[in-house]
Amino acid sequence: MKANNNLSNIDQEPVSFSPETMAKISELIASFPEGKHKSALIRILHLVQTEKGWVSTPSMNKVAEILNIEPIEVYEVATFYTMFHLEPVGKYVFEVCHTGPCMLVGSDNIIDYIKNKLDINVGETTADGYFTLKTAECLGGCGYGPLLQCKYKFHEHLTKERVDELISDYRAGKYDQN
Amino acid sequence: MIKVTIDDIEIEVEPGTSILNAARKAGGEIVPPAMCYYSKLPGTGGKCRTCLVEVAAGSTADPRPMPKLVASCSTLVMDGMIVKNKTSQRVHDNRGGVVEFLLINHPLDCPVCDQAGECHLQDLGYEHGSSKTRYEEERRTFDPIDIGDKIKLHMNRCILCYRCVEVAKQLTEKRVHGVLHRGDHAEISTYIENAIDNDFSGNMIDVCPVGALTDKTFRFKSRVWFLKPMEAERSCTKCSGKAVVWMFGKEIYRVTGRKDQYGEIETIDDKTAWICNECRFEKKDANDWNILGPRTINRHSVISQGKYKTNMTRRIKKLD
Amino acid sequence: MKNRKLLLENVHIPGIETFDVYRKNGGYRSVEKALKTMTPDEVVEEVKKSGLRGRGGAGFPTGLKWSFLAKPEGVPRYLVCNADESEPGTFKDRYLMEKVPHLLVEGMITSSFALGANTSFIYIRGEFMYILHILEKAIAEAYANGFLGKNILGTGYDLDLKVAPGGGAYICGEETALLESLEGKRGNPRMKPPFPAVKGLWGCPTVVNNVESIAAVVPIVNEGGDAYAQTGLGKSSGTKLISASGNLVRPGVYEIEMGITVEEFIYGDDYCRGIANGKKLKACVPGGSSVPILPHYLVTKTAAGEDRLMTYESLADGGFASGSMLGSGGFIVFDEDQCIVRNTWNFARFYAHESCGQCSPCREGTGWMEKVLNRLEHGQGNMRDIALLEEINKKIEGNTICPLGDAAAWPVAAAIRHFRDEFEWHVNEREISQKRNYGLITQPSVEA
Repeated sequence: MKANNNLSNIDQEPVSFSPETMAKISELIASFPEGKHKSALIRILHLVQTEKGWVSTPSMNKVAEILNIEPIEVYEVATFYTMFHLEPVGKYVFEVCHTGPCMLVGSDNIIDYIKNKLDINVGETTADGYFTLKTAECLGGCGYGPLLQCKYKFHEHLTKERVDELISDYRAGKYDQN
Repeated sequence: MIKVTIDDIEIEVEPGTSILNAARKAGGEIVPPAMCYYSKLPGTGGKCRTCLVEVAAGSTADPRPMPKLVASCSTLVMDGMIVKNKTSQRVHDNRGGVVEFLLINHPLDCPVCDQAGECHLQDLGYEHGSSKTRYEEERRTFDPIDIGDKIKLHMNRCILCYRCVEVAKQLTEKRVHGVLHRGDHAEISTYIENAIDNDFSGNMIDVCPVGALTDKTFRFKSRVWFLKPMEAERSCTKCSGKAVVWMFGKEIYRVTGRKDQYGEIETIDDKTAWICNECRFEKKDANDWNILGPRTINRHSVISQGKYKTNMTRRIKKLD
Repeated sequence: MKNRKLLLENVHIPGIETFDVYRKNGGYRSVEKALKTMTPDEVVEEVKKSGLRGRGGAGFPTGLKWSFLAKPEGVPRYLVCNADESEPGTFKDRYLMEKVPHLLVEGMITSSFALGANTSFIYIRGEFMYILHILEKAIAEAYANGFLGKNILGTGYDLDLKVAPGGGAYICGEETALLESLEGKRGNPRMKPPFPAVKGLWGCPTVVNNVESIAAVVPIVNEGGDAYAQTGLGKSSGTKLISASGNLVRPGVYEIEMGITVEEFIYGDDYCRGIANGKKLKACVPGGSSVPILPHYLVTKTAAGEDRLMTYESLADGGFASGSMLGSGGFIVFDEDQCIVRNTWNFARFYAHESCGQCSPCREGTGWMEKVLNRLEHGQGNMRDIALLEEINKKIEGNTICPLGDAAAWPVAAAIRHFRDEFEWHVNEREISQKRNYGLITQPSVEA
């Protein structure tokens, strides 16, 4: 394993968040007692990811600025929690659970099927930028496996046919609302 | 005052004292090793698990033994507590296990590591480690990086003690590095390329128990055991100006804080004598310093055997 | 055996997730009863009498935990609900919160009153964002109907209830890691003592309870602690939500009255209806991935040949040598085609992935076990590795800051304990083991 997670200074253009996101952030900060606003951090990162698709360094810097904390405090948190995509991802990220109970009911086959179908490996994004495939550890739907999560939605009892359907539905924008 | 017995030695301490500090009060063999706890940095400790001890009796009031080994740095003594450190086989075995864990991903690049000779992991490995590794897997590796123009970070050697993070939190105004990611790929990092640049950042080097953070102005200049540590001082507006200069002939090779027998910066005039970056990195001329005389180094590292004054005297005594 | 439902009784009523339907079906009675007719201490007393044990996995008596809460003057106290359900095999809280969100909200109000908390939180794993929205909707309804906010039901009691998400970290189910996360930090467990009851959220006294424990406070207050204690069996009082997964005909979440047999739970028509696809039972992990796996011959019977029951005591009968734990109620069933080595590797990978990395035995040990098991599973192991795994295990267990180390060590130890033959077969029959599974193990003959 070779790891070196220090990013170079690319992609340092400052960002701004939409008025809707900013309004939600303000509301969140106000919901915690005075001086405890850092508690809003994780949910803010979710909001940022929902708006931007991923959590870039400039986004994190902006969050630090809003919360009046050091950027490293945001980096520490964002890198700890696995739901945050710290690199650009496709429009839809399929996170397939591959922990024990899901494996017992065939999650490995589903992962292989998606790999072949989309012609990507785990961690990769399709050439058209639509789909990224990731594996996830226990998503909390063990009795309904195999399952995947995409944009906070659970898709359970997966079969090859269901995967086909999901891919075309996502491509068609069926899940883009709400 | 309350009484605690550690390895059959009775010690009286103030309530609120940790087992480790009680042992340090008595000193000697009964003191458990500590890789992450640093008494001068509140909030450190509990993580490395090398200071695990057995509590054979919790207190006079409740003399039941504690079922698990406890971290002596973060467990407070109770009146009548009985602790076993050196006298416990269980402690010996489990500490050996911890040392093995700390070493499995450690590069063991001691021959080219500037920390060699004053490395706590080296000492610990010498005392508790096995001469053979059972780890057959690929080791975790990172490229060394510069964090600021004076400090090198060798993440491969890091044991994630968090001491340097506490230095940044407690001694500097703006923390730019921290622990990122988690599990066995957690790392000390600035995340983006970012220089750690403030007057007291160099203390990160002094608190690092291993060779993860080293002084770039000293890198590969000499092995520490070829140098003569001299107590020195200068008047400095930023810090205590009380340091140890490491000399070869008349030349100063490096400057560090004055460390005690546990590798911690000494308290001088009721203050921890941290030194500033100017004293550490820029004052390498003997004329910059008022050199007070040889520094007594209390070391037990195998590499330092016979090289420092105290050890020499000890050896001579043994011969008698 | 009778099977009372206390939590999921009304789950099938259409619209039960709304305030109106929930209220019409007897909802929020416990709040009225507690706030209007009881003192906080009386509520605590009822919970103590009920014998309720923490439903998150540890099984620590809830009433006792509540009684430890420090109550210094002028310092706020907090109740935090642990909805970070992440233990592989466990998905009961998700089901409860999704189907009857008001039951949790009601339990939070009654429990907060008992503890004297005026601000309470539900910390939910980030993956359950859709449930966070369901809960927020339920909370808004409770505010609108005077069950939350200032001067609840005119009793003078004030309570604010908020939901906060995690970001993907199993470790945040550990209560001090959860509090760190709720403070917007990395989920590194804290050194204990001090315990949360003394120094918890933002340094204030805090109680952290599992979703199901909080929900159980509702029937306890409604019916009285004594009545609740009559349900279930002995010290395993009340009902328990069991999430069943793996190779079962009908996996899912079941509310059982504690004391039914494991046999009935696996094969009974009211429950899982047996092993899927007509296969045979090979093994079972009865309480979530952390608890020891049991081979088929120890699942429905104890080593002494008695019926194994769904209780804390019976599942633990025989200690780790021949028993397991009820844990969080994550009941995972393996059929005869499943590979124990592969599953053990899978669980080890989970724990290595979820280790926070703070203390060395867990950070390094979980990763090491994962690598060794990966080799064994893929035909690259040797006999030395099996002994090594046992050694690593012992050096992690009990030596870490939080229980994740134990949780990672136990499944590996138990798998080797009961399925050593299968591990050795992976070493001796490297090629064959890559093509097919070992199959059922035979029960070791009992020596006279």
